Amino acid sequence: MMGGESRYLGLAYVAPYIAGLFVFTAIPFVASLYLSFTDYNLMRPPRWAGIDNYVELFTRDRTFRKSLTVTLLYVFMTVPLKLAFALFIAYILNYRLKFINLFRTAYYVPSILGGSIAVAVLWRYIFADAGLVNMLITAFGGEPVNWFGDPSNALFTITLLRLWQFGSAMVIFLAALQSIDKTLYEAAAIDGAGKWHTFFHITLPLITPVIFFNLIMQMVQAFQEFNGPYVITEGGPLKSTYLLPLYIYEEAFKKFDMGYASAIAWVLFVIIMVLTLIAFWSSRHWVYYAGDKRS
Amino acid sequence: MAEQFTVHTTTPSEAEIERERARTLAEGRRKHAVSSAVRYAILAGVGFLMLYPLIWLIGASFKENAEIFANPGFIPEEPTLDGYIKGWQTSTPYTFATFFWNTFLIILPKVIGTAISCTAVAYGFARFEFPGKRILFATVIATLLLPNVVTRIPQYLLFRDLGWLDTFLPLWVPSAFAGDAFFVFMLIQFLRAIPRDMEEAARVDGANTWQTLVFIVVPMLAPALISVCLFQFMWTMNDFLGPLIYLSSVEKYPVSLALKLSIDTTEAFQWNRILAMSVLALVPALTVFFLAQKYFIEGISTGGLKG
Repeated sequence: MMGGESRYLGLAYVAPYIAGLFVFTAIPFVASLYLSFTDYNLMRPPRWAGIDNYVELFTRDRTFRKSLTVTLLYVFMTVPLKLAFALFIAYILNYRLKFINLFRTAYYVPSILGGSIAVAVLWRYIFADAGLVNMLITAFGGEPVNWFGDPSNALFTITLLRLWQFGSAMVIFLAALQSIDKTLYEAAAIDGAGKWHTFFHITLPLITPVIFFNLIMQMVQAFQEFNGPYVITEGGPLKSTYLLPLYIYEEAFKKFDMGYASAIAWVLFVIIMVLTLIAFWSSRHWVYYAGDKRS
Repeated sequence: MAEQFTVHTTTPSEAEIERERARTLAEGRRKHAVSSAVRYAILAGVGFLMLYPLIWLIGASFKENAEIFANPGFIPEEPTLDGYIKGWQTSTPYTFATFFWNTFLIILPKVIGTAISCTAVAYGFARFEFPGKRILFATVIATLLLPNVVTRIPQYLLFRDLGWLDTFLPLWVPSAFAGDAFFVFMLIQFLRAIPRDMEEAARVDGANTWQTLVFIVVPMLAPALISVCLFQFMWTMNDFLGPLIYLSSVEKYPVSLALKLSIDTTEAFQWNRILAMSVLALVPALTVFFLAQKYFIEGISTGGLKG
């Protein structure tokens, strides 16, 4: 704090943020809760509908039930796999290998491009019936797989697109691994600790804050996945990749049923919030902060 | 003689120890060599798997249509620029030149607005005390975790009421109000780690806070600010849902929407056109990444670690 000036000077600097917070975040946030209790199709002003939208969602709407199941499946498949893979590769990279920067770059490239439509297009082609992946499978004597046509495979194929982008989580893990004090490893080696023991009792506890961060971020992102399924499978076949953001988009911007779409958005929001809170609440039991005596 | 004798009895055992040590060392080295060979093999294998689709994409964009679903290799048998020439023309009255120009028109103001507003706001948070600061800072974290999906519909209604639909304004304006909490947070963390000596010296010399910000803080903040601009560039380049919701006339489409449009409208079997345009769509992001990858890696590491 620099002395002398008014205590409101700082407020002047953050003023744009405050204005933006109210206009583009806080008010829309409250408004969407309100809209979720209305019937609103843009033609007439919103009409109060009580909990009708929610009743409809949870009792009659089969699309919603399917979409919710698919979304949860997608998130619980993508996030743990992605984190485990990112950590595994970061762990290998952390040995003082040559070309570490080259590998790190190579792995990071898909994360840079992964969200783009161009990559979704690429996915459509390489997993097509006669696409690159099946060509390679048959070249090695395997049976071609129906990646998108079969409802039990399609979601997995979309998941692969996310997994392919493990680079950003890996970079964060790698930075954390590199910041671990080397003397801890030396001490463990003197005490005769093996590789696995060292990993589970030194490495893993020390990077739990970063695991926690990656977990939350990946989860919030995965719940909002849109581009991949929208471009690659358009939610099909048989709604097997119809994630909730696709459903919200179609209700809101194709059918202009803003009230109903808001209700779906709120269900999705509450799910994300509850899982985030559970993660935060449980973090005191498994996240270790250096200098903290709790763990 | 006695001396010689002792020497005789000790020498073999010492040599033995020496030999033993050499053996364990060699074994250790061999083990090490084996395990690092395994590591290199895994890393190279995974790296190849990850990058091959992109390499294949580039190759395939120069292939004849018949070859795309027949040749898993990436080198075209009969290279052709057909995909690029015809893909560029599109089936609309516009060419990809229009779509790239639109992307640029969306990105430039957005990046500038983000850089200026986030710098000012981060400066306010990191260097001043003011009423309500704790709560406001908590909202930065909360917005960081708030899923956009919940504010999107009212935002759309707001922009509709303002008459901003089918303009670039909905894509620009929120960012100019420091709307991307991630960047604000990243810059605050970075500023907190910078010592304040220089700023205090400038203040003593009579500079006001604004001058201090522009002449002292911004130059020191430059690496983080470059990361912010690069990330915003990438995210905007990749953004699809924003333009999809707000832009309706094809003449305003950015590349991401145009690609989706060409999938929907290009007649069947013209795969190389779509692949060629996908390659072009990836070029700006790839170029920027390779020119400035240091800033990406640093940005993501600091932003992540301090969270």
